[in-house]
Amino acid sequence: MSLALQLVWRLGKRSVDGVRGLGYAGALLVESLWFSVAGFRSGQTVRFAAVAEQMRQVGVDAVPIVALLSFTVGLMLGIQFVAALGDFGAESQVLMAVAKSVTREFGVLITGILIAGRSGSSFAARIGSMSVSQEVDALGVMGIDPVRYLAAPALLAMLVMLPVLTILANVMAILGAALYCAPVLDISPTVYIVQTLNLLEPGDIWQGLSKSVVFAVLITLVGVSTGFGVSGGAEGVGRATTRAVVYSISAIIVADMIFSFFLNR
Amino acid sequence: MSAAEPVIEVRQLDAFYGRRRILHGVDFQVMPGEIRVIMGASGSGKSTLLRHLIGLQRPHAGSVRILGTDVAKAGPAEMLALRRRLGVSFQGGALITSMSVGENVALPLREHTRLDENTIRIMSRLKLEVVNLGGFQDLMPSQLSGGMVKRAALARAIVMDPKLLFFDEPSAGLDPVVSAELDELILKLRDALRMTIVVVTHELDSALKIADTITVLDQGRILETGSSVSVQASNNERIQDLFHRRPRPVDVDVDEYLRRLTQEEL
Repeated sequence: MSLALQLVWRLGKRSVDGVRGLGYAGALLVESLWFSVAGFRSGQTVRFAAVAEQMRQVGVDAVPIVALLSFTVGLMLGIQFVAALGDFGAESQVLMAVAKSVTREFGVLITGILIAGRSGSSFAARIGSMSVSQEVDALGVMGIDPVRYLAAPALLAMLVMLPVLTILANVMAILGAALYCAPVLDISPTVYIVQTLNLLEPGDIWQGLSKSVVFAVLITLVGVSTGFGVSGGAEGVGRATTRAVVYSISAIIVADMIFSFFLNR
Repeated sequence: MSAAEPVIEVRQLDAFYGRRRILHGVDFQVMPGEIRVIMGASGSGKSTLLRHLIGLQRPHAGSVRILGTDVAKAGPAEMLALRRRLGVSFQGGALITSMSVGENVALPLREHTRLDENTIRIMSRLKLEVVNLGGFQDLMPSQLSGGMVKRAALARAIVMDPKLLFFDEPSAGLDPVVSAELDELILKLRDALRMTIVVVTHELDSALKIADTITVLDQGRILETGSSVSVQASNNERIQDLFHRRPRPVDVDVDEYLRRLTQEEL
């Protein structure tokens, strides 16, 4: 076969696979939400215990790492803004720059990337290894819908915990910036934080939180759908895990850019 | 359902995997209270037939009726009702690895009944006793031996007291003693719980020991169905190959062979 034909063939196959993946993820989203709302009517109740357990794994267990890294990013932002704005003698604007960039962008982005690495990969690995060992089939023949049992709790937990973690990240990042910038600006950290709160508008916080909801959906769908699609044994699980992380982080960053564009016009 | 009505009724079932045809117009019937063994070499289509029987795959052409439900036409509610009356023990056990043995066995009860915790605990332990795993409920699946995993999976399959039990390769990967014990267990279950049992296996000894009737599958077609004696006495060459462990003759088509060797990659 000629090279050109091969390229076209590959392009076509990739496109078809891509569209199929999108359709599958969309169906997963609709089914998960449907089971969450109306599953109890058809004997497929999404158990609160399962959601709570997922919330612990996705949210509570991630608190230390999210807090630590967002604190560090806040500190870094403080250092950079002081250096950059100091060149123009505009140190006093650091407060504003940190407050807006953290609540609109960095808090949610750091949280999203961390959770994609932590939970997106674990969804893919867990569901992938369950598919390989026929556990997903076993759930099916026991009359337990795998989407209801595995996907819906993950989605609900992410929808709750990602915004919560984002708020935590916002707080920790501003705290980090305050610790570095307050001495430079000759004010106490408390004053720094109070001034930040005065500067912030609800719209800033909402921008971050609305993104976090979208990220939650993206991370869950990518992780869960790659998990269900695993074939080829242990090696397949490994590949799916890697793919889940790469795809969900890419999806997050692209979605973030699109959101920023439309929310700031 | 009257006693004479078959529990499983498959008519003219075709199945495809990609472009390869796996099942060719299979007709298959199982009567209540029967132990049916589906035998066949690897790749004969027996796993595919099983996946259709347990409702994991919908028929491409032909019909599959299980316990009076047409699998092709059943809606979600009917499928759910059917699945509560089926038990399946998978080849690798397929126990949920994050749950203890006891939780695994209790899972169908938790999901499908409104029994209280005490009843669920007692019922799942009862079923573990049936499969001789009494007292093992707190172990994790990874701590069990191969034979124990199969028995635990069996306990989970029968916890809802199904009318119909499927058993995929009960003796695969087990030593002869444990495998014989599992055979005894299958016979005991039929007699004590009055289940209809379908076993998929390629182990000859085990098949002859437990089967009331044997169906032999070969290359997606049913060669013969009958009592174990009549199947053994069959003068079909392929069946005799299977029973006497004779290798299949390899046909070589020279043109096809050359074409495969020289064909360009897609």
